[in-house]
Amino acid sequence: MERSVVFAGFGGQGVLLAGKILARAAMEEGLEVTWLPSYGPEMRGGTANCTVVIADEPIGSPIVDRPDVLLAMNGPSLDRFEPRVAPGGTVIVNRSLIERPLRRTDVKGVYLQANDLARELGEPRAANMVALGAVVRALGVVPLEAVGQAIGEELGAKGRERLVEVNRAALERGHQKSGAPPSPPHFSRPG
Amino acid sequence: MPKTETMTKVFARPRSLTEKKFTYCPGCHHGLITRILGGAIDKLGIQERTVVVAPVGCAVFAYEWFRCDGVQAAHGRAAAVATGIKRANPDLVVISYQGDGDLAAIGTAETIHAANRGEAITVIFVNNQIYGMTGGQMAPTTLDGQATTSSPRGRDPATMGHPLRVAEMIAALQAPMYVTRQALYDAKHIAQATRAVEKALRYQVEKRGYSLVEILANCPTGWKMPPVKANEHIAATVTGVFPLGDLVDRG
Amino acid sequence: MTERQLMTGNEAMAEAAIRAGCRTYFGYPITPQNEILEYMAAHLPAAGGAFVQAESEVAAINMCYGASAAGVRTMTSSSSPGISLKLEGISYLAGADLPCVIVNVMRGGPGLGNIAPAQGDYFQATKGGGHGDYRVIVLAPSTVQEAAELVGLAFDLSDRYRVPAMILADGMLGQMMEPVALPPHRDPATLPPKPWALTGAKGREPNYVASFALDPKDLRELNLRRHERYREIAAREVRWEEVATEDAHVLLVAYGTMGRIAKTVVRRARGEGLKVGLLRPITLWPFPYAPIRELAARVRAVLTVELSAGQMWEDVRLAVEGRCPTPFYGEMGGVVPTPDEVLAEVKRLA
Repeated sequence: MERSVVFAGFGGQGVLLAGKILARAAMEEGLEVTWLPSYGPEMRGGTANCTVVIADEPIGSPIVDRPDVLLAMNGPSLDRFEPRVAPGGTVIVNRSLIERPLRRTDVKGVYLQANDLARELGEPRAANMVALGAVVRALGVVPLEAVGQAIGEELGAKGRERLVEVNRAALERGHQKSGAPPSPPHFSRPG
Repeated sequence: MPKTETMTKVFARPRSLTEKKFTYCPGCHHGLITRILGGAIDKLGIQERTVVVAPVGCAVFAYEWFRCDGVQAAHGRAAAVATGIKRANPDLVVISYQGDGDLAAIGTAETIHAANRGEAITVIFVNNQIYGMTGGQMAPTTLDGQATTSSPRGRDPATMGHPLRVAEMIAALQAPMYVTRQALYDAKHIAQATRAVEKALRYQVEKRGYSLVEILANCPTGWKMPPVKANEHIAATVTGVFPLGDLVDRG
Repeated sequence: MTERQLMTGNEAMAEAAIRAGCRTYFGYPITPQNEILEYMAAHLPAAGGAFVQAESEVAAINMCYGASAAGVRTMTSSSSPGISLKLEGISYLAGADLPCVIVNVMRGGPGLGNIAPAQGDYFQATKGGGHGDYRVIVLAPSTVQEAAELVGLAFDLSDRYRVPAMILADGMLGQMMEPVALPPHRDPATLPPKPWALTGAKGREPNYVASFALDPKDLRELNLRRHERYREIAAREVRWEEVATEDAHVLLVAYGTMGRIAKTVVRRARGEGLKVGLLRPITLWPFPYAPIRELAARVRAVLTVELSAGQMWEDVRLAVEGRCPTPFYGEMGGVVPTPDEVLAEVKRLA
């Protein structure tokens, strides 16, 4: 088994952290995992992305030709990574910020209002955790509880219990929403 | 002191110097400075915990003249090497012995930053205004108008700059405990310089911090001057450009 | 199993150094290795060690020279342009027979280049780099786990042979995270003694540390003795990994990040029925000439894959000595080929 996911967005959306939490959860589950970030100047306000590979045997390349899952948190990320997704793979589209449907027909689209859902929970910055919930469902190799646990380990400094709690709630919300039967999305502009 | 019926030994090689013969030219102040340093090490009783860092320059062999542990540093890097030793083992007394090309040209960055960090080391800076070892080229401290093999028509400040006043530069920093400039052209100044070197070492032993003793030295060979005339030149001219005295004493 | 932690390669190398008994670190910021410097700043003092952010890479390596002369395990790290600046100091370390661990988290070059992963410093690392007839032990990790382990080995080898040791990593390995089981802590007091170190001439003759010998006969003698040690290292310390080489028709040779990507290539090629194997050098100096030579007699081609224009390739060709074709596939400037891109090249040969 080897599954891969690309988390992509703009700097500040927390895509690197979302990938890191998934990687930690995979490790705690006894799996092999690599977390490979984009790094350097583009971290500061530009696009950011990371690739997480999860396997039950030692991982060779941390670079992935065809990710099984793509999380696109903004439009440029979808434009850049959609063509690379493995046929039959899943693309999670942050409907809060992305105005177009998928162009490809050989991958599954999961449309999620990550920012709106996070705002509903009272923590707009937790959009990345909402999206992570959808990634966990699409990947299907790391239990949601393990990811919730990893949120605690990653964010859980003293006095941050509320932050951990709201992020876990966001994770669960995204997981739950992404499991609902797909409603045909309406887009203001065509793909 | 060994005493016989008729004679008392009043002058001897410092115990902390080895029997190795100096490689310096006749009349050169380097030998005197080495002796002053050896005497100071003896006086403070620190020979068994001193490490001498030798530069690249005429003093390149300095590490072998002391009966102390010694290390030879790359050109200009003595202050960094001294930093490494001191940080690795703060109980050692670390002396960086450097000339003007080493300390004030290629090693300027290492010099300033070791001083600025307040490294608890003692820097002996031998300023003879010339590159002696390589054959008498212009140094950062060469005087305006002074002819050298690489400034044959004399140092032209318009294109070569003025002599670099290192002690003043280091004194402008906040960390150094003791910064002084000394000379050796007569007995009185030799005695003063000896006390300055002792103080600089004592400050390190007492864990006070960084000190730099700049010593105006001669270079009879490079200057093409007999030693006595070279000493007179220091007294009459060089001290006018590089004033003597303590610049900082925070002890 | 030891508990695993999720760490970047940079963090793991820094922590492994502390655990190996490194008690002085001197560095200067440069991407993509800043996390080593930052980790040392945060953790080395608590371990009783000294951390100094130096004024330059030049100063940092010379601080290492001093600390090493004082007998303490010492490390510096940098990335390609900074390693160029350290070369003078590395030559002096080699000339003074001082141990030191230098980490190079390689990036794109030459010049300022960029901060993406590259392997363009192979020549610099393995063929000297600085002036004079010297060698540096060069270890090339391909995973975060291996990076942590090789840092400990680098300290041990460097001390044992009194030869500087370099970890040749790259930006990808430095920045990526993997689970790592860290090696146990070692007390510096339990490490083998260094009677040559500058600890103060108490109850013994003075120790001198220098790379200086004015008399040509003396310097020749020092060099000959050093090269005897180099021969001993070459005979005893060659390390490499082989994957599916038993029946391979095409042998890949790749190290570091490219080595692990090549593992995926081998897996995919085998999945398609292609007989492809991999030899991954772990020590780049000493280089695994003998095992490559042996395999070259059995395969149809030895394909070298590097993030460079073909630097290790020269050593591979020296090993193969014409026994079979030795094609090359490389990328430069921080471009990292994907497994499929390398696989396409393999298919042309298989």
